[in-house]
Amino acid sequence: MSFDATFQNKRFNSVGTRPLRPDGIDKVTGRARYGADFNMPGQLVARVLRSPHAHARIKGIDTSKAEAVKGVKAIVTAADMPDLTDGDEALFAILDNCMAREKAMYDGHAVAAVAAIDESSAKAALKLIKVDYEVLPHVVDVDAAMMADAPVLNDTIFTQGVEPAPSKPSNVANRSEFGHGDVDAGFAKADIIVERSYKTEQAHQGYIEPHACVASCNADGTADLWVCTQGHFVYRQNCADLLGLEASKLRVTSSEIGGGFGGKTHVWAEPVALALSRKAGRPVKLIMSREEVFRASGPTSATSIDVKIGATKDGKITAAEATLRYTSGPYPDMWAELGAMTAFAPYDLENVKTVGFEVVVNRPKVAAYRAPSAPMAAFAAESAVDELAKEIGMDPVDFRIANVAKEGTRSSYGPVYGPIGIGPTLDAAKAHPHMSAPLGPNQGRGMACGFWFNFGGQTCTDLNISADGTVTIAVGTVDVGGSRASLSLIVAEELGIEYSDVKAVIADTSTLGYNDMTDGSRGTFSTSMATISAARNAIEVMRQRAAIMWDIPLEHIYWEDGHAKAAGSKHGNRAPLSVKDIAAEAGNTGGPIAGHSELVADGAGVSFATHICDIEVDSETGSSRVVRYTVIQDAGKAVHPAYVEGQYQGGAAQGIGWALNEEYIYGDDGRLQNPGFLDYRIPVCSDLPMIDTQILEIPNPNHPYGVRGVGETSIVPPLAAIANAVSNAVGLRMSHIPLSPPRILAALNAAKT
Amino acid sequence: MPAIAVSTTINDDTVEFLCQPDETLLDVLRNRLGLMGAKEGCGTGDCGACSAIVDGRVVCSCLVLGAEAEGRTIETIEGMANGNELHPLQRKFIEHAALQCGICTPGFLMAAKALLEVNPDPTETEIRFWLAGNLCRCTGYDKIVRAVQDAAAEMRGETA
Repeated sequence: MSFDATFQNKRFNSVGTRPLRPDGIDKVTGRARYGADFNMPGQLVARVLRSPHAHARIKGIDTSKAEAVKGVKAIVTAADMPDLTDGDEALFAILDNCMAREKAMYDGHAVAAVAAIDESSAKAALKLIKVDYEVLPHVVDVDAAMMADAPVLNDTIFTQGVEPAPSKPSNVANRSEFGHGDVDAGFAKADIIVERSYKTEQAHQGYIEPHACVASCNADGTADLWVCTQGHFVYRQNCADLLGLEASKLRVTSSEIGGGFGGKTHVWAEPVALALSRKAGRPVKLIMSREEVFRASGPTSATSIDVKIGATKDGKITAAEATLRYTSGPYPDMWAELGAMTAFAPYDLENVKTVGFEVVVNRPKVAAYRAPSAPMAAFAAESAVDELAKEIGMDPVDFRIANVAKEGTRSSYGPVYGPIGIGPTLDAAKAHPHMSAPLGPNQGRGMACGFWFNFGGQTCTDLNISADGTVTIAVGTVDVGGSRASLSLIVAEELGIEYSDVKAVIADTSTLGYNDMTDGSRGTFSTSMATISAARNAIEVMRQRAAIMWDIPLEHIYWEDGHAKAAGSKHGNRAPLSVKDIAAEAGNTGGPIAGHSELVADGAGVSFATHICDIEVDSETGSSRVVRYTVIQDAGKAVHPAYVEGQYQGGAAQGIGWALNEEYIYGDDGRLQNPGFLDYRIPVCSDLPMIDTQILEIPNPNHPYGVRGVGETSIVPPLAAIANAVSNAVGLRMSHIPLSPPRILAALNAAKT
Repeated sequence: MPAIAVSTTINDDTVEFLCQPDETLLDVLRNRLGLMGAKEGCGTGDCGACSAIVDGRVVCSCLVLGAEAEGRTIETIEGMANGNELHPLQRKFIEHAALQCGICTPGFLMAAKALLEVNPDPTETEIRFWLAGNLCRCTGYDKIVRAVQDAAAEMRGETA
């Protein structure tokens, strides 16, 4: 039976309520097991040696003295991880990033790893590994990397997407372009044009749990990996490909995950741990330190963005254009492309053009960070929109409403929108009491909009009904923020049973079909779709069992309110059969009852948000404080509203940290100077006010319950909202994120002179 | 190096262990005693995920040596509930959705417990500054502060 995923408007019984999360007790009692909390008999401890240089040729590695250290069981270098990538550039980049081959490409790049019986032996061995480096010129800044005289990181990179193809290699890996209409003609019609340049610095996801895994390779080619990850099936595939293992013989179990935000979508140390285990013939536990996480996992891009927007005096945007340059670390990716797609997504534009440049630099390989690339693009676009509104003399909310995208609008990145929530979030912002509340001295108010695509993808659910009528679901998307609760609500809704009668578990890679990872805000969207489908398949089985129990034809049985009911005058007087009734007889009617679903979840509804914030700036020190913050976002349908609010608040807090404080600071030597939470300061409890939320529900037409992803969009508006608020507070346009105290103070002092 | 023999009290139980002179209390708890509720988020005292209470004072157990546990009274997350009866803070964290990934939760609970022992009626500002040594990256702290406020009220007997 094919599954119909179209939205069906219905009254919900379970969905939309706020029950206690099923993993709550384990997490408040310390019983929940995260990446570092698993052990195997005879396991070794692994440590990784990392390059102190931003860019250096590796002329040789001598491990002989380290191998002689008592307790050392294995040492691996790139020589132990041969290139099996067969021309797959993306896979080769992962391999090279896991263990440097010819060159170390950034400060912190792994060059060797040791497995020993304990930490002190491993550390002693690391000190004895001699690496012969030839230090090369490096570049970490995005604009500097694009200069003609910049050191070229990779002489096989010739800018893609330009005609004619360049004859020389450069650090610009590709050029992407989006848009429609004629921007030159549009600007010609404009009464006022704002043209500005912006920069944002590199930020880290800052998950509190460092990467950790236990790897165990057996002599027969089977292997186990216990790991904190957002996507254990993807990790399995990557590790198997890199190490020459058969995917089905590598069983990957995802632990509880202590935060990911996109940063646990890539393998880093896991293939190294497996290589060490294979060489040592023993299980290996590898935990990255916080310093290693900062230096050598996957932060987001630093950017440099130019924006030009023109409008008529009555507030209609005639053209919008942006050039966006994103760092990707040493290996090309698609970060600038995502930025170019998202920059003007909230608006209905006749003429729009965005150009992205992907730039390689001597920084760690960029990974996804919550709506990756969108916050920086929104910062630039929404700053310029704000300034344009001010120049025209319009209220910034009214100006946005006058230009807002709606159903039927052709988006700036191509597709035509279905029903979307940007207009409603702006209307809600306009009506929100926050918008009209008085400001105190030295305070400014800012607002901004944000967009994220949301993803779907390959997804499975196995639903099993026990003899007592309770239900277990096994899913393959890692629970990063409460999806076991939301999926249990979905099962309860669909089967008409109690939430407390459902248990959701995350299956390992050997017990369920392939699942894409939990990214793109797809966890609840995609897995609820597979779960609804699985539940409906189970209902079909239960109808068949009811037919056997009643000994009547199947077509006389329908399902309603959690019961099999008989239709028609002949059978209709039978008492309905509940899930429990049917489950109790399963052994006599054909065996265990289950429903399965394997699907590709299509039609993830796009997501929009509008944020409002008030900032107070101390003009003596340049320090600023968020005094009030409001998030308004479309959820499609909030399955568990408390955790939807949590996503809104968490994303806003991350955006606030990025906007005001967080940045990778490199010295002239190309070394990261602040690889720790003391100097890379994420928001602490005393930095923030309560974060108010308003959930709007504009149903996604492509999901049976109208669900859209909610996890990422909340980090998109804060950079711009805060920059707009600070600019309004100090009366100067701020164009370089983060707006740390020294940067604000410098702007204030410059304005005085 | 020769190991040091340590005798201490953890969660009301007498505990004896051997540790190296440079081993932290966090390493001892996790690696020698199987008390893995305390987490290492940074190892430098910046994140509070390893918070424990030593002689009534909340500390980062990554900044305390195992040998310093000698003769002390230590509380960890594993001792917070009374059997199956959760501490009000634990219950309120779940009720208020004050955790998402949960890695910081044991540390927050330890720190909040220590707060309410010295200040049963803290203001929002006092809660925020007391908990400023515990990092949470998921929640934005809003629901954590509300959970502590609600638990404090219940412990004062102000709510049902």
